[in-house]
Formats: sequence, structure tokens, C-alpha cells
Amino acid sequence: MSRWVVKGLQTGIVTTPYPREKEDTPGITPGFPKECAAVSEELLSRCPTGALVKTGNGVAIKHERCVHCYRCVRGVKGPALWETGFEWARIKGQSSVFPKAFRKSLHIRVVDAGDCGACINEVKLLNNPFYNMHRLGFFITPTPRKADLLIVVGPVTEHMKIPLLKAYEAMPAPKRVVAVGACALSGGIFGPGFVTGAGVSDILPVDVEVPGCPPPPLAILHALLTVTGRNATLS
Amino acid sequence: MKIQDVIEQARSLWPDISINLNTYPGSAEFQCGYEQIPPVCDWLFHQKGYCFAGLIVEENNRQWDLYYLFTGRREQGCILARVSAPVEERAFKSVSRYVHAADWHEREAEDLFGVTFEGHPRLGDFILHDDVWEEGVEPMRRGFDPKAVISMRKSRPDWRPKRILTAPGAFIMPVGPVFSGEAESVHFQLETIGEEILCVFPRLFFKYRGVEKAAEGRMYSDVLLLSERFAGTTAFSHALAFCMAVERLCDVTVPERAQVLRVFFAELERFRSHLGTIEAVCNSTGLVVAANQMAILEEEALRLSGALSGHRYLFGLAVPGGFSQDVDDTACKQGLIKLQEIVRIVDGIEKLLSNTSSFLDRIEEVGIVTGDQAENYGMVGPVARGSKCNNDLRFLQPYCMYDKVDFDVPCEKEGDGYARLRILFAELRESFHIMEQAVDMLSKGDIVSPCEIRPGVSFAGVETPRGASWHWVRINEEGKIDRYRIISPSFANWHGFHFASENFAFQDFPIILATFGLSVAENDR
Repeated sequence: MSRWVVKGLQTGIVTTPYPREKEDTPGITPGFPKECAAVSEELLSRCPTGALVKTGNGVAIKHERCVHCYRCVRGVKGPALWETGFEWARIKGQSSVFPKAFRKSLHIRVVDAGDCGACINEVKLLNNPFYNMHRLGFFITPTPRKADLLIVVGPVTEHMKIPLLKAYEAMPAPKRVVAVGACALSGGIFGPGFVTGAGVSDILPVDVEVPGCPPPPLAILHALLTVTGRNATLS
Repeated sequence: MKIQDVIEQARSLWPDISINLNTYPGSAEFQCGYEQIPPVCDWLFHQKGYCFAGLIVEENNRQWDLYYLFTGRREQGCILARVSAPVEERAFKSVSRYVHAADWHEREAEDLFGVTFEGHPRLGDFILHDDVWEEGVEPMRRGFDPKAVISMRKSRPDWRPKRILTAPGAFIMPVGPVFSGEAESVHFQLETIGEEILCVFPRLFFKYRGVEKAAEGRMYSDVLLLSERFAGTTAFSHALAFCMAVERLCDVTVPERAQVLRVFFAELERFRSHLGTIEAVCNSTGLVVAANQMAILEEEALRLSGALSGHRYLFGLAVPGGFSQDVDDTACKQGLIKLQEIVRIVDGIEKLLSNTSSFLDRIEEVGIVTGDQAENYGMVGPVARGSKCNNDLRFLQPYCMYDKVDFDVPCEKEGDGYARLRILFAELRESFHIMEQAVDMLSKGDIVSPCEIRPGVSFAGVETPRGASWHWVRINEEGKIDRYRIISPSFANWHGFHFASENFAFQDFPIILATFGLSVAENDR
């Protein structure tokens, strides 16, 4: 057994400096297309999900619809601009964040409402030594009765509607909901249809949204900081 | 034995079967009658050594076409046993009495198409849960609108799934669909008399998203997104299978550079996926240091994938005809250095694990699947190879450049959790060797050929990290997808999962589940 202790100590600390400092290691984020002024019609028509929208003076990005297919940057003349941040979480509409008492410690229940496995893997990776959300006071709990925050991934399938509602109702107040991933925000490429919904907000009041397909762990970490009212934005 | 000999023998046994050789490349189609289909499948499976891959149901021009897909070794090719009937006829003879691997496939067909199988022991309440859906909903039929909102069954709080108890005094312990830390949604009925689990009935399809239906009537570029994103953790392999099916149909030759890059990224995905599975096994046994060590390596592999391709899960990389973007050769070489470092650390962890008795006690001789069980249930991937059942498509039916690279397919015979874990470690190393060879084979050249869509039907198989997967594509005259069928490895392995957990204690259950490395999303589609 002692060999494992030595092994652990030898590895040292790999944890990201975020949110104290910037993190920009290659490969931590898939990135998003950037809003820009002039753009060709061809580029707009290449977007399969309608994430690129023409506005009066250029192109706006509907982040909740973008699935990183890279069709607006690969194999096209005059590609869209690309940004590689991860601070994508935003508070939805009139929602409010947690009161001050929740800043030091927050218990989270994750519900998989039909995701493809990538979003839930990225949530799982928050416990990875690289991200280690425990250091910031975030804990995953197996039961909704102990949870303050509900993270929902997936477009909400017909079969998961009732389990999702039951989990939400079992949580004590005050509670908040974070929708993670393009599917949970807009139904993604699956919904709406006969068996998948158009996102979590049709069923539950969503407070914080994280776009991305899947959002990288740091984007989800940013959402957790946002929902607890901790100022996480460095840029 | 070659496919020609099999065809000759079949002709002499059943003179009235018409055999068509030209529909699909390297495979034959046996057009069987209503009565012939069970004995033909039985003969292919038990006498000729073909594996059962899956059942494809189609409804074309008011006619049912059922294709039972059998795959063989190398020259044996693939055989499709086909049975047709007018759309008003709904009854077919069940094959699952002879080929048990077809059991779940027939249940799926009954639930989604409304065809019935005579002699099948258990139909109904499978994909469409009976507590949510009205009877008579058949979403895969032509004419069913996938965008339409249909009326659900009135809420029936007293409804319970069928409970099957085998022992006196036993009771059912329900687990899920929302359980554990970050588990995917699945429900288990564990039959127990206290500490020991007697039987396990997994109830799946909580995440059924109707991917196959959603694909119908869409352009191939839209369906590519679906094939990639229905199982995000093995996205590249599934997208590759879809692309290969479209390429076969449209007779596209993929440039050599793209073929080599496909091998490289398919192996990178396997490498990363196996790291994640090993991490889950360590985690389930409570070995925190090992789990965290593996988690570090998994994240490093994800970052490497992200740095090389732009996306951590390799989304948006494979397109019909080749690759969506070129990859820098020097970046691949530098990636290899990183991967070599990971392999070195993994070797160290494997050695430590094999000396940690508290860990071995939890997985050795636990969760046993015998070779016969794996074969009869058509299990695939590392799970089957842990039970001396080698059905690696890279070796049996090479695609891309796998016939030009040198690799071993590790096989173990114990069939327990430790055998499956050793397979994962061995395959990690093999994947690294294949990637090394792939980088050496990289030549200058195009990365994509133009792909002109043609009407027709085709299919392709790819060895995904969890096992063999088959994608079946039919394109209509308008150039749109008419039928898309995904035969996923997790579907086959979930079918046989119950064997492993029978007669083990409750605390063994999460460990057995972890050693199987199953994906619910891939199964539920």
C-alpha cells in the first residue's frame, strides 16, 4: 500500500491555476466561432444547426446551438474567426444566483437526461486532479435530498422527464439548476422531436446555461463559480 | 472456408434459396422464405462459425425486409440472411431460439416496427417504456412523423416493470435511473435474498433519442452529426463507420493519407477510452491514488486530442471521402512522444496494481463470463476478448490501413474482471504501437476525395473502443438518408451483462459494471 502513497507524492501537483490565474494549455477547449462583420452566404449556409445568424451589421453566434462541427472554418474560403476561451456560462434571464451562505460549500447532483456520454464525462472530469473542484468547495452528492444544485445534461428524453422532475422536487430550497451542453440548452441535434425535448428549460427553471458540445470542464467550473456568485471572469 | 464454399453448401442444403452476390461488396445475401430463416441462421451460426452482428429491419414499398447480418473471419465475409413479406403480414419466425444473440434485436424490432416474432419468449416493454407510451406507437414505421408530438399514456403511478423472481424468499432491489455520482441513466432490478445478487435485469432505453428515426429524410451531412454525437465518448469510430458505409455506396476511394490518419485517430480514441475505463475500474474499487493517476492520463490524452484535432472528443474530423482538415506531421510525432510517456506511466501503474492484493481480491474471479456465454450472446470488444472470444474487426475484416500495420489482438481465457482489465492494458500498448506505425506511414497527399452521393444501400463495420459496430445506410433517389441503422457494441454487451453479476455480493456490482466499460448512450441511441 505504501507504494501508492509514494506514487501519489511523486506525481506532484497538476491542478490548474484557474480561477486565480489564466489557463491556456492547448486542448482544454474546443472553442467557438466569433462574431464578425462581413461573411459570405456560403458560410452561413454551411452551419447545420443555425448557430450562425445574420444580423444588420454582420454575424451573431447563437452559442446554445453551436455543436463545434467546424464547417464554418474548415474547407471553406474566408473562414469564420475562432475563439478559444472557456468562460461561457451565463445567468439566464431574470434568474438569481445563490445567496452568500453557499459560497464556501455547494453540493451538486448530476442528472443525465439523455446525453451522449461526452457532457457527463466532462462533468466527471471536474473531480480529476487537473481541475479538482473540491478545492473550491464543490462536491458531487449521490442523493438529490442533499443537493443544492442540479446539473442537467442532455436534451431531456421522454423517459427521463419524470425521473428528472422527481430529482428536482426532492431537493431542498433554495436550489438552482445549471443546464450543461448544447442539447440541454436547445435540444441540440436531437430535439425537439417525438422522443426528445428542446432543452431543460421546458421542464425546469434553468438559472445558469453553459453552451458547448460538450463544454470543457473549465467551462462547467466557470458555471459553478457563476452560480455561487463568485466573480470568476479573468478576461 | 471461403464464402464461395459456404454458398455452395447452402445451395445444396436449401435449393430454393436465391443467393445474391452483387448487392454489397464482399458479402452475400440469402433470400430466405418464412420457414427457412431460423434453420439458415442456425446453420450459419452453429455450423459455419459466423458471428451474429445484428438485425436490420426495413419497410420499403409496402414490404418488410428483415436482414440478419452475420460476419465471418476474413475470407468468410459477411452474409445477410434476408426474409421479406408484404407490409400487412406482421408475423415472422423468431431466430433467437437458435441464435440467442438475436433476442434483443427482435425485441427492438417488435417495439419500434410492430412486427412480431413467433416463438420469442418475451416481447413488449423494451425501448418504448410501457408506463410512458400508448400501445400501438410504432415510431420506425414509414409515415410516422418524427417531429410530431404524440399523446403519452396517462400517468399511472401504480405501473411497475415486470418483476421476475427465481428464488423463494427473494425480493427485488430497484436501483436507478438516477443513482450514484455521475452515472448514466439506467435502471437495475437486482433480485436478492439479502447480500447476494441472484439475478440482474437491467432496464435500459431511458435515454432513447430516436437517432435512427431522426436520420430519415435528412442529408448525409446532417446524419454525420448524429452518427458522431449519439455516443460522444466513441464519436470518431462511429463517424468513421458511417463515412465508410457512404463511401462504399458511392464508390469513393479515400486518399492514402486520410486512411492513415483515420487509423491514427481511431487508435488515439481507443487509447483515451481505455484509460477512462481503467480509471473507472480503479475508482470502483476505492483505490483512489490509482484512479487519480489514470484520471490525469485520461485528461492528458483528451488534451492531446484537442490540440491535434481541435476537439477533445474528435468531433467534426471524419467526413465521407476523407478528413475535414489536415494534421501536421510534426504535431503527430510530438504527440507520440507524449503518448509514449503515458504508456510508460501506465506500465508502472499496471505493475503496482498487479501487486496490490486488496485490489486483486475485488476483481479476480469476480464477474465471470464464460467463452460459451460470450459467443452465444454475440458479445464484442474487450469484454468478449476477456473470455477467449476474439472478434476484433480490425483483424477479421481489415478496413482503412489495418491490413498494413502489425498488431496483436490480446486475448484472455478467464473471463473475470481481471482478465478484462489486462485486455484493456494490453490493448492500450497495441494502440500505441499502431499509432507509431501510422505516423511512419504518413505520406504527402490529399486528405479528402470528392464524394458524389448515389442512391442505394451499404453497410460498414468498425472496431470501436467498446467493440464491433455496424452502420447500415440506405440513400434514396433524392440523395437523402432513407434508413440508418446503428448496431452498437454496448447493445450486445448489455445483453450478456447479467451473467457477470449473478451470484455475487452487492458490493461487487459496481466493480463488475466498471470492468464491462459499458456506455448507456451508445446502447440507447
